[in-house]
Amino acid sequence: MKLKLVIILSFLLLGITNVNSQDFKVYEGFDSFKPLLEKKDNKVYVINFWATWCRPCVKEMPAFNKLYEEYLDKNVEIILVSLDFGKNIQGRISDFKKRHAIKSKIIILDDPDSNSWINLVNQDWSGAIPATLIYNNTKRAFFEQEFEYEDLETELKKFL
Amino acid sequence: MKKILTTGLFLMFAILGLNAQDGYKVGDKAADFKLKNIDGKMVSLFEFDKATKGAIVIFTCNHCPYAIAYEDRIIDLDKKFSKKGYPVIAVNPNDPEIQPKDSYENMIIRAKEKGFTFPYLLDETQEVYKIYGAKRTPHVYLLSKKENGFVVSYIGAIDDNYKDANAVEKAYLADAVLAVLDGKKPDPNFTKAIGCTIKDKNYKK
Repeated sequence: MKLKLVIILSFLLLGITNVNSQDFKVYEGFDSFKPLLEKKDNKVYVINFWATWCRPCVKEMPAFNKLYEEYLDKNVEIILVSLDFGKNIQGRISDFKKRHAIKSKIIILDDPDSNSWINLVNQDWSGAIPATLIYNNTKRAFFEQEFEYEDLETELKKFL
Repeated sequence: MKKILTTGLFLMFAILGLNAQDGYKVGDKAADFKLKNIDGKMVSLFEFDKATKGAIVIFTCNHCPYAIAYEDRIIDLDKKFSKKGYPVIAVNPNDPEIQPKDSYENMIIRAKEKGFTFPYLLDETQEVYKIYGAKRTPHVYLLSKKENGFVVSYIGAIDDNYKDANAVEKAYLADAVLAVLDGKKPDPNFTKAIGCTIKDKNYKK
């Protein structure tokens, strides 16, 4: 009887660790997130601000998926910054990731005082999503728009 | 001579065009609008009887989670400031063909569910949001009535926490209304917030 309980408990614990290992990193407060916009290595960074419920964001996901596939070995890093809020964010993003076959890195920015940080991403950003920032150690470009793959690639190529 | 005139006219239109695209800045005079309310009647800013001192024009909608997160707060703002001459006028700028949840029928349903105390208008031709320069939902324009019409006093966010009304530290909009009621200029008079794009087939940044 005891053994059975131990086994069940171990499975339960294992289940919990499995869920945790799939967790997306949460940046609480813009200060902790900001270094991701200021990396000074040789990579080109494509930072996309989105949310699971945001239709235009969902529509442009295939473009980012394709960009990931095409530029995987070309020193390009894509970071999808989820601005989701509410209940079960981890679960919702996890489902979304599976459904849209996303391989890019996904993180969560949780800082509801958005007026304090929107201008720090870019002065021209109204705050509407999706929005995309492309940068390397010498220049940066910002886009408040929904991307088709061709346009996204054209913009990226200016950094390569 | 003719050439100069043409160039001059062209430049003038170019500048006007630019202004229209950029929308209002604080201090600008706001244009009137006349849009269909959820009760089927037309509501005009200039003729809205509750707007004795000004108005809180909020571009918002049904579907956007940020807009939904602010619904109760918008009702509270209207209850608090309508009697002081600054009623809320909500305007849905979205094209229902792109986002069916923002259709006129669904606006009526949502307004009933939530018990909206203010007009909830549909910007059917999507001209009003462009004139104002709204970029997202929710997007607020606080207007104050002066001798020469309605003047923009504050543009931006409702407050500094879309997630939790109880965790708000800076109630930008409410503070701005209190300032203008007190004869002062709001500080800040411009803020930003994360929001949903306005659904417009011809939308170009």
